[in-house]
Amino acid sequence: MSDALATAQQLPADRGAPASRRQRSPSSERRKVWVRRLPLMPALIYMIVVTQVPFLVTLWYSFRSWNSLVPGSNKFVGFSSFSTVLSDPMFRQAAVVTVEMTASAVILSMLLGTSLAILINRKFRGRGIVRTMLITPFLVIPVATGLLFQTTIYGSYFGILDWIVSWFGIGQVTWASTYALPSVVAVLVWEWTPFMMLIVLAGLQSESLEALEAAGVDGANAFQTFVSISFPHLRRYIELGLLLGSIYIVQTFGEIFILTQGGGGNGNATTNFAYYIYKQVENADNYSLGAAAGVIVVIATEIIAVFALRLLSGLFQVAEGT
Amino acid sequence: MAKTKGVDRRRRHKRGTRQWALGHFWTAVTWILAFILFFPVLWMVITAFKHESNAYTDPPTLNFRPTLTEFSQVINSTSFTGGIPKALEDSLFVTVATLILVLAMGIPAAYALAVRPVKRWRDVLFFFLATKMLPFVAAIVPIYVIATHLGLLNNDWVLVILYTGFNLPLAVWMVRSFLLEIPRELLESARIDGAGVFVELTRVILPILLPGIAATALICVIFTWNEFFFALFLTNTNGTAPVFLSGFQLNEGQYWAELSAAATLCCLPVIAAGWIAQKQLVRGLSLGALK
Repeated sequence: MSDALATAQQLPADRGAPASRRQRSPSSERRKVWVRRLPLMPALIYMIVVTQVPFLVTLWYSFRSWNSLVPGSNKFVGFSSFSTVLSDPMFRQAAVVTVEMTASAVILSMLLGTSLAILINRKFRGRGIVRTMLITPFLVIPVATGLLFQTTIYGSYFGILDWIVSWFGIGQVTWASTYALPSVVAVLVWEWTPFMMLIVLAGLQSESLEALEAAGVDGANAFQTFVSISFPHLRRYIELGLLLGSIYIVQTFGEIFILTQGGGGNGNATTNFAYYIYKQVENADNYSLGAAAGVIVVIATEIIAVFALRLLSGLFQVAEGT
Repeated sequence: MAKTKGVDRRRRHKRGTRQWALGHFWTAVTWILAFILFFPVLWMVITAFKHESNAYTDPPTLNFRPTLTEFSQVINSTSFTGGIPKALEDSLFVTVATLILVLAMGIPAAYALAVRPVKRWRDVLFFFLATKMLPFVAAIVPIYVIATHLGLLNNDWVLVILYTGFNLPLAVWMVRSFLLEIPRELLESARIDGAGVFVELTRVILPILLPGIAATALICVIFTWNEFFFALFLTNTNGTAPVFLSGFQLNEGQYWAELSAAATLCCLPVIAAGWIAQKQLVRGLSLGALK
C-alpha cells in the first residue's frame, strides 16, 4: 500500500519540477516551496484553528465541574464528569440510539437511492421532471421536513397516514410517539435518499459503455452484467455515499427536535448523541457534563472515522489503478 | 439497462414486444415512486395556498379555493424576532458570507493540492476529510462560551465562522476533483507558451472550472441554509430561517396553512437553486469519484 502511495505522490511532483530546475540555490528553492504552499495556507490554518480550539476547550471543561446555575461551581474535578456521563443509562442508550438511527437511515436510503438511480438512468419520457421531483426532499430545510411530517403525515385526526390506515379499519395512531424511532428514521430516509441517488447516479453515468456492450456481445444477461461489471464499478460510489451519509446523519438534530424531542419508548427512544448533549446543556445547565459527553462522542467518532478513512484510502488505490 | 446497441438484431426483434412492455412498466414504477417521494413537498405547497379552515379536514381535501392570505399573513406578521423577512435576511447574509469565505480559501487550497501539489499533499487532503468527520455538535459548550467571550452571541458572524469550517473540507475535496479533470496537456501547453501562474489560473483553469465551482457552491449553500443546531444555540432570538420555522413546533401544528406558507417561503431559495443546478449536483456530490 505504501508503495502505491509513494508512486502516486511522486507523479505530480515530478511533473511540476523538471530535473533541470532543481539545481538552484537552496534559498530560492525554499522560496519556491513556500510559493507553492501559500495558496494552501489560509484554508489549512483556518481549519486547524476552527477544529482544534473548540476541542481543546471541550477537554478543559470536561475536567471541571461547572453548572451555570450554581455560582462558584467551576473548579477542577478530574474525571468525575466522565464517570457521571458513562454511568448515565441515558447516555448509554443515546449511543445505541445513535448507531441504530444512523445505520438504518444510511442503509435504507442507500438501497432506495440505488434503486432509483438505476431506474432514472434509463431513457424515458419525462426523465428530467422525475429527477427534479426526486432530488427535492434533499433541498428542503430539515426543520421544515420535521414540521411537514409532524403535521401533514403523522398528524393525528387530519394526517395523511391516519387517513390511509383508516381504509383498513385502523383508528388513530400517534405515530411520532408510538413509533418514535421508525418515524424519525422514515423522515431521514426520505431526506437522504436523493443524496444517495445522486452519488450512485454519477457512478452509473461514468460507467464505460464499451465494457457493457462487450458483456452484451458475450451473451451476459442484465443480471450477470450488473453483478460482474456495474457493481464493482459502483462499489466506490456506494462506499462514498455510505461514508458521507453517515457523517451527516450521525449528527441529526432538527428532525428529532421537532418530531419527538428525543422521546418515545421508555422516554428516550430517539435521544441520539446530538440530542443528549442538547438536553444536558439546555435543560440541565450542566456544561461540564455536556463537555464530557462531547469528548466521549469525539473519541468514539474518531475510532470509527479511522476505519472509514482506511476504507477510503483503499478506494483511492482502486481509483488510481483504473 | 444493460441491453445496448451490441445485442443481436434478430433476437431483439423477437423479444421486442416484451421489452417494450417491460420498459413501460419500469417507467410507470419510476413515476409512481417519484410522485410518492415528492408528495410531502407538493402537499406543503398546496396547503400553503389554503385557508386555515381547509387545511385540516378529514379526509384531506383538494377541493378548495386557492388564496394568498396565509402568505401575506406570514410576511406581514413581525413578532419580536422580526418575523420571516428578518429570518430570510439573516439566512441570506450567513449563506452568502460563508460561500464567499469557503470559495476564497477552498479554491486556492485545492489548486495547491492538485495542479502544483505541495509535498505531503495526501496527508493534507486526509486532514481535511478527518475534520469533516468531527462531530461539531459535541463541542457546543466551548463554542458557546467562546462566542460569549468574543461578544459574538446572537451575531450572524459566529455562524459564518462555523459554517465556513463545516463546508471548507468538502469544498477543497470537490474543487480538487474538478481540477484533476482538466486535461494536463492543456496546462502544459499553456506553460510552454510561457504563461505565468496568474494567466494559467484566469485564462485556462477558471473557465473550465466554473461548472465545478457552481456545484461546490450549491452543496455549500444547501448545508449552510438548512443548518439548525448551531443557529438555535448561538442566535436564539435573532435566528436564521430554520430557527424561525422551529417556532411553529410550539403550536403543536394548529396552524397548518400558516406553517406551510412559512416553510414554503423559507425553502424556496434552496429548492430553486437545486432545481436549476441539478446537473452539477450529480457531478459534484460524487467528489469526482475520488480522483
